[in-house]
Amino acid sequence: MKNLTDLEKKINSELTTKINKSEIKHNQIYIEIDKDDLIDVTLFLKSNKDMKFRQLIDITVVDYPEKSQRFKVVYLFLSHEFNQRIILNYIINENEVIPSLTSVFPSANWMEREVFDMYGVNFKDHPDLRRILTDYGFKGHPLRKDFPLTGHSEVRYSEDQKKVISEPVKLEQNYRNFDYESPWEGTKYIKEQTIDNDKKN
Amino acid sequence: MTKKIKNLNLNFGPQHPAAHGVLRLILELDGEVVERADPHIGLLHRGTEKLIENKTYMQAVPYFDRLDYVAPMNQEHAFALAIEKILNIEVPIRAQFIRVMFCEIGRILSHILNVTTQALDVGALTPSLWGFEERETLMTFYERASGSRLHANYFRAGGVHQDLPAGLENDIAKFCQNFPKIINDLENLLTDNRIFKQRNVDIGIVSKEDALDYSFSGVMIRGSGVPWDLRKSQPYDCYEQMEFKIPVGKNGDCYDRYLCRIEEMKESVSIIKQCLAKMEKGPIKTYDGKISPPSKKEIKQSMEALIHHFKLFTEGYRVPTDEIYTAVEAPKGEFGVYLISDGSSKPYKCKIRAPGFSHLQSMDYLIKGHMLADVPAVLGSLDIVFGEVDR
Repeated sequence: MKNLTDLEKKINSELTTKINKSEIKHNQIYIEIDKDDLIDVTLFLKSNKDMKFRQLIDITVVDYPEKSQRFKVVYLFLSHEFNQRIILNYIINENEVIPSLTSVFPSANWMEREVFDMYGVNFKDHPDLRRILTDYGFKGHPLRKDFPLTGHSEVRYSEDQKKVISEPVKLEQNYRNFDYESPWEGTKYIKEQTIDNDKKN
Repeated sequence: MTKKIKNLNLNFGPQHPAAHGVLRLILELDGEVVERADPHIGLLHRGTEKLIENKTYMQAVPYFDRLDYVAPMNQEHAFALAIEKILNIEVPIRAQFIRVMFCEIGRILSHILNVTTQALDVGALTPSLWGFEERETLMTFYERASGSRLHANYFRAGGVHQDLPAGLENDIAKFCQNFPKIINDLENLLTDNRIFKQRNVDIGIVSKEDALDYSFSGVMIRGSGVPWDLRKSQPYDCYEQMEFKIPVGKNGDCYDRYLCRIEEMKESVSIIKQCLAKMEKGPIKTYDGKISPPSKKEIKQSMEALIHHFKLFTEGYRVPTDEIYTAVEAPKGEFGVYLISDGSSKPYKCKIRAPGFSHLQSMDYLIKGHMLADVPAVLGSLDIVFGEVDR
């Protein structure tokens, strides 16, 4: 199963009903599945003799706040045997609980903790779902697109209270996000104005 | 009369010289035997991924230096490759040689640091004194090429920032002549050293199966006897043209991993030599004016170059909508970048896959049943750098 197209065909024929979409891009297979089939599909990928995707490389989430189903959960697998990579993904709603892969791959433990920490996605049957990268007592999920870059609170040592305290962020100057994308076409509100004016005329 | 025995909980770190950074390790001890280890990480979390989402592609490069800060250019390489694959850029051959050469220098930098500090952890001081002198020499090479010893910001999508200064190639060649002797000296100090072996042999054994299950990569998986190296199996840039061997361990213990690192340094020297021999004069970045900035001379003479320069350093180049995962063999293992672009000049999402993250995660599995004194030895051989674990 050296050839990527053969591999894709094989996956599609074995898991016909479970694969929503598959494509080959950049020498990798991208597969879209349903949330409920995750364990079955990964078990197949891991143990089938023509797949042998024995390593879970990473788990991550992509946030699309404007879409009705907000999060895209992504799993990266690697097969040493056949030297191939697979990227598995499925889409979920904001408050959906998703199955944990820890029973299949012990390394999923921290990766899922990171996803939980950064995006607030909950995992079912995870043995130890705590925050991992952020501070003790941190609030919010920093990698969500609606979390501000500067964060909500900052930490400093208070001379009065003689201890480290956390307080709301105070900035001397706000973070300036210049829109360089299309300086020739003017900024957004001007564009909107011209469209409005066009309509009136 | 029965006596109640309670396990002792011990806080190892966050400030501990053997923790190789800011690791808080909560150990549950039964006497001197470790029953459970719970690493608390994130004390060096700087939100790199969030910051990258708010910067243009060119501005994002320096963040990669700050991940695994002992081998900065290896990380930049993964990011540059990801953008190049999406944009379909051909990298000039000289740039490929320069990049591979500096990646191997990075590998030596990282391995020297790891081998010598591991020796320090188990009680030997001299190796670090000798090794750090060589690291300093290597960092001067970084400085001469990029302008800074550590945070190089040297690789670009489509090549490297600037050509090597005059004389640098000769000096690197000279270093390659002398360095094998230094490795031998280090080996004389450590390889057959009774104490070093007592502290490392049969400590922190990882079986082949577990190495796969725990997503190990790099030396951690090769030490357990899996001949897997991305430079060979999924070659990028000019690694295909290089001849080198992949050292593989047998027992998967700390000592085998040490031996692998020593051998890898020797192979890296050979790769650097090959790069120097094959390198010819030529362009060091792609000529595509929409991606690589024009030279100062051109800006002074050509209107178009001036516009390009302005656009590149304000807006940056745009990357079409795509999704890609690229990985390189960093000194510590598979370092990957999962990049989602949305057609604008900023990455929509950039997930960084750091090898140390999965290595440190297995700490509980590795240390269970070992003595407290073995914790630094195992931690040392994991080759943890908190810049990349915490991101």
